Amino acid sequence: MMTQPILLDATDRAIVTATQDGLPLVPDPYGAVADRVGTTTEDVLARMARMLAAGVIRRIGAVPNHYRLGFRANGMTVWDVDDARVMALGEAVGALPFVSHCYLRPRLPEVWPYNLFAMVHGHDRDEAEAQAAEIRALLGDACRGGEILYSTKILKKTGLRLRMASALGG
Amino acid sequence: MTTAAPDLDRIDRAIINALQGGFPLCDRPYAAAAAPLGLSEAELIERLASLRTRGVLTRFGPLWKPEALGGEAVLAAMTVPADRFDEVAGQVNAFPEVAHNYARDHALNMWFVVAAETPERARAACDEIAAATGLAVLPLPKLHEFHLDLRLVA
Repeated sequence: MMTQPILLDATDRAIVTATQDGLPLVPDPYGAVADRVGTTTEDVLARMARMLAAGVIRRIGAVPNHYRLGFRANGMTVWDVDDARVMALGEAVGALPFVSHCYLRPRLPEVWPYNLFAMVHGHDRDEAEAQAAEIRALLGDACRGGEILYSTKILKKTGLRLRMASALGG
Repeated sequence: MTTAAPDLDRIDRAIINALQGGFPLCDRPYAAAAAPLGLSEAELIERLASLRTRGVLTRFGPLWKPEALGGEAVLAAMTVPADRFDEVAGQVNAFPEVAHNYARDHALNMWFVVAAETPERARAACDEIAAATGLAVLPLPKLHEFHLDLRLVA
């Protein structure tokens, strides 16, 4: 699922700004967005379909709070994986059904030895640790070590807030 | 699997399980999404409003990918002294670029995502957070995003 860069014009960016807090909970939400950005419903639908196809929009729908669904053990598993094999292994880890995010990130000398990040979610820590063990087994001898960093509190979760002022001319 | 979230009834769970993606792009999308769940348009809208108000959903709508907008989302970590934790959380959260922030049980105990319109702005915000808090900010930008397809089951 590679994202093709597409050019977004001022109206596209106005749609981003108008929906950053979410879609209006009214019968015709895209019409409400159209009114806010000064275009037609058809135009909003066409632009959003294009941005969805291009991966600018990952998906449209509900974003649950893991904790409120009973997933109390939310762990960021981090792994030190052989650079020569991490791309293939990262794909395999990302495909595990319980992994919600999977990224390659830089190591920081002396401070941070881990290059592969995979978020797991369990109803309790036993479940999360079983998931981490599954990842560890999959990584095999390419993995030199790992840890689980459990989140203990959500301090902020507002989602994306881009400053679109420049694109909107003010 | 149902030990937690006792305030979610069968309909709430069906909505959450069905609508984590694929919400339709059409004139009456709530009506279209409600029909297969056996709900009316008004019932679905009312349920979604309640799920948001109760904090079960953090949002409902399109999830934008910052990189595709020309922006960048950088994961950053800090080691915050325990006696300053709440104060520093307030300082970090005050930045509009901070999209989420989590306390984690590690020496690096505060992890947040800085999302900005441009990579330069994201980096500048990390520097400003370091200056505001007097603490080192370790930026760990994503080098690659592996494909995945998770749907949480409520």
